[in-house]
Amino acid sequence: MTQLNRIRNFSIVAHIDHGKSTLADRLIQSTGTVADRDMKAQILDSMDIERERGITIKAQTVRLEYKARDGHAYILNLIDTPGHVDFAYEVSRSMRAVEGSLLVVDASQGVEAQTLANVYHALDAGHEIVPVLNKIDLPAAEPDRIKQQIEDVIGLDAHDAILISAKSGLGIPEVLEAIVTRLPAPKGDRSAPLKAMLVDSWYDAYLGVVVMVRIMDGVMRRTDRIKMMQTGAAYGIDRLAVLKPQMVEIAELGPGEIGVFTASIKQVRDTRVGDTITHERHPCTTPLPGFKPAQPVVFCGLFPVDAADFEALREAIEKLTLNDASFTSEMETSAALGFGFRCGFLGLLHLEVVRDRLEREYDLDLITTAPSVVYHLHMRDGSLRELHNPADMPDLTLVDHIEEPRIKATIMVPDDYLGDVLKLCQDRRGIQLDLTYAGSRAMVVYDLPLNEVVFDFYDRLKSVSKGYASFDYAITGYREDFLVKMSVLVNDEPVDALSMMVHRDRAELRGRAMVEKLKELIPRHMFKIPIQAAIGSRVIARETLSAMRKDVTAKCYGGDATRKRKLLDKQKAGKKKMRQFGKVEIPQSAFISALKMDG
Amino acid sequence: MEDWQHGGFGLYIHWPFCASKCPYCDFNSHVAANIDQNRWLRAYLSEIDRVGAETRGRILNTVFFGGGTPSLMDPDLVAAVLEQIGKTWVLANDLEVTLEANPGSVEAGRFRGYAEAGVNRLSMGVQALNDADLRRLGRLHSLAEARAAFDVARSRFERVSFDLIYARQDQTIADWRAELREAMAMAVDHFSLYQLTVEAGTAFGDRHAAGKLRGLPPDDAAADMYLATQDICEAAGLPAYEISNHARAWQESRHNLIYWRYGDYAGIGPGAHGRLTFGGMRHATEALRAPAAWLERVEAGLSAELPRETLTRAEQGTELLLMGLRLGEGVDVERYAAVSGAPLPSAALAQLADLGMVEISAGRLRASKAGRPLLNAILRQLLA
Ligand SMILES: Nc1nc2c(ncn2[C@@H]2O[C@H](COP(=O)(O)OP(=O)(O)OP(=O)(O)O)[C@@H](O)[C@H]2O)c(=O)[nH]1
Ligand code: SF4
Ligand SMILES: [Mg+2]
Repeated sequence: MTQLNRIRNFSIVAHIDHGKSTLADRLIQSTGTVADRDMKAQILDSMDIERERGITIKAQTVRLEYKARDGHAYILNLIDTPGHVDFAYEVSRSMRAVEGSLLVVDASQGVEAQTLANVYHALDAGHEIVPVLNKIDLPAAEPDRIKQQIEDVIGLDAHDAILISAKSGLGIPEVLEAIVTRLPAPKGDRSAPLKAMLVDSWYDAYLGVVVMVRIMDGVMRRTDRIKMMQTGAAYGIDRLAVLKPQMVEIAELGPGEIGVFTASIKQVRDTRVGDTITHERHPCTTPLPGFKPAQPVVFCGLFPVDAADFEALREAIEKLTLNDASFTSEMETSAALGFGFRCGFLGLLHLEVVRDRLEREYDLDLITTAPSVVYHLHMRDGSLRELHNPADMPDLTLVDHIEEPRIKATIMVPDDYLGDVLKLCQDRRGIQLDLTYAGSRAMVVYDLPLNEVVFDFYDRLKSVSKGYASFDYAITGYREDFLVKMSVLVNDEPVDALSMMVHRDRAELRGRAMVEKLKELIPRHMFKIPIQAAIGSRVIARETLSAMRKDVTAKCYGGDATRKRKLLDKQKAGKKKMRQFGKVEIPQSAFISALKMDG
Repeated sequence: MEDWQHGGFGLYIHWPFCASKCPYCDFNSHVAANIDQNRWLRAYLSEIDRVGAETRGRILNTVFFGGGTPSLMDPDLVAAVLEQIGKTWVLANDLEVTLEANPGSVEAGRFRGYAEAGVNRLSMGVQALNDADLRRLGRLHSLAEARAAFDVARSRFERVSFDLIYARQDQTIADWRAELREAMAMAVDHFSLYQLTVEAGTAFGDRHAAGKLRGLPPDDAAADMYLATQDICEAAGLPAYEISNHARAWQESRHNLIYWRYGDYAGIGPGAHGRLTFGGMRHATEALRAPAAWLERVEAGLSAELPRETLTRAEQGTELLLMGLRLGEGVDVERYAAVSGAPLPSAALAQLADLGMVEISAGRLRASKAGRPLLNAILRQLLA
């Protein structure tokens, strides 16, 4: 049992790439939690895809033991969080399990959009915040200026911000001391009935579902039978452990402690993040408030390139959903693409990550259709329908009006690029809400339709600002607008996988961009191919891909047969990357590329 | 009857040397300072013995000396090789013996010797009918020399063919029409008319990649030149019997027909390919490409072949189709099914027929006039 005042729980939060995981490395290392010889960079980023992309996707917890300068031993529970906006949900729920945050700011880059967003989350969670300026080893680091910026932009007292280099280890002892002296100890009543917060859960191939909990009141023991208050399900605990970062079994967890347990829980879906766990016998009376589940905001179709892989895709998706409750899927059929799944994601990076994992871990080739947001269709009969897929758009005469999700976007950008950023937001139907300056940086807040942002907004923002702009958003609600379904016809046949919802005023522009792109992406065929964008039966843009005129090998004699045959075999393999629509073959990459806009 | 007998049996002999390397050429041809023709003769003879032992008893329909520039070979060498061939196989009564020649004045001096050695068909690499273009193609002969060599050839050989390249740099369709008409007037009975193809790994290929090969006609113009070629040749009584080959009736290259009809052929010399059927199994053969390495192996009494590849039925079907559809006569549909073990895909076939790209009649599948310039696309559809 650990005394409450010898425990500190905190999350490390920052804008993407400001060095959270590297700081976690140093804290793990200097407390001797992992031996030097077992250390590797960003040790908590354990998924292949995290290591490859150098980003954190899943929040990770680790328990450290620290002997402080006051002579006492402390238990520190650290949660390293992801920086990317798609996983903001992970950050805010992690914060509910702890009392304080280390706010890491890159001393060469300064305050960015997610820095700000995370501060608000932390304040919401009632956290004590310790600002940490990282990367002061960089020649471009300007700690004094950045301190000032933190005070100006965030309004946080930064005079005792800790200056560190997570890379070299400089300042790490000061961070450890600050955790002990500046962050509050948890509260809780050991004698009260068990009340634990379900913080996270994941699937482990050997252990089944692992549930992470933060004990608020009472004690959880290895031999307990527990109950989940929201789902009502009861389980006997098989194993109780803390993460260091690998599991180390423990007999009990008391108030303020964070640990994991396994019970015979089949899938992650059987657990609700934010649920309250108590004893089956002597339950607590009031559950914790819980949190809103993560809602997928971006939907797209995933289809196997080779129709024969459908079953394999189904299995792969099932396995993946075991572990990722924020990813949803339901079967879908497309006239053009056959059987597949309509999947929901937290954002585009999440979509990419899931698709990557499906392709790599399960060796599948997939076609991804145009990402779409969820529209609200208010029907003439007064009912409300959710539209996840433009292809499912009902007859217009049945629809009274359509609402689309809107977001509040916060963009931080050096003022040199402000003009271009404003133009981009304006082009995407944005409404400016706020514009403020801090030194030579501007912060703009826009109200934007999510559907204009979902696809390539982030890429465009990066490109118009030469990489200097940062962006964060939160969904604010739904609003009616003049939205129409634009369909695309290739060789006079509608390609449902390319249809999309657009604002009426933007339809011509998007339609033109789309047919022009498709004209480049579709190879010439033996006949000419009209490519059209249409709203209902009205064609709004049209291009014609002319027929190929000559494709024949001039010389082919006895010595050429082998080479020619092998070439045809290779093309056969390449043809798997094509999809047949009536008489036309469309390369699978076209489904995504056709949507990229230049403006 | 074994399948290869639909095409017959021929022998290809590769001479890998040229006086200089043409910038568009991706053949296995090399420029060498001194060539010991006796060593090459001995090597050819020993390879003829090796292949002859495997194919004993077969009737040999054709011999083809290709290259490189076989008109650099001593007529004596050619004579000795042909003599050995005569001792090795049963020769068809109408044995066709072709030799590729460059139309230079030095080469022309050897034509008589080749004819005496038994060559009865000469294939001349004329390539262009004006001096400026000949220079740009890196050819060593002038137009006047070519004309003179052609006259000598006509007097020495029963059959003479010549090659031209079109869609050359800065060539217009009007230029090509005029040039082709001029060629037709030369009373030749066989033409090979190739669209210039820029191949990777050639001087033209490098220049093209660097954006420095200027003046190539755009794709549409090249396609128009192809169509004009068909019209002019047909009007002159030399229709295309193959994509790039035109002949008067009975003047087709019988050796090349063996390839396109998917017969058997033995390949001798550096980089030479063959198709040989033994016991119902069709093998693809290929010799070492580098002349020196090839020569050393043969002189060491070893085979110069790379390991043979036994072709699966599907692979044979592919080859039968990709070669056969080049011919005006097309491919026997039942033969295809028998070779490949499966009929042609009917949906793809119907679609191609619908588009007017192919025709089936009297049991043969042919690429139509519209389909021929798109043959690669047709093959992709039928085979992929
Ligand atoms: N020079 C320098 N580089 C650092 C320092 N700390 C981290 N980095 C580098 O910054 C990059 C990002 O570091 P991470 O620790 O992965 O950043 P993160 O905040 O966890 O990133 P996300 O999880 O993707 O949001 C890596 O290349 C680190 O090596 C530092 O103190 N100095
Ligand atoms: S003469 Fe013929 S083989 Fe020799 S380099 Fe020129 S094109 Fe090639
Ligand atoms: Mg990280």
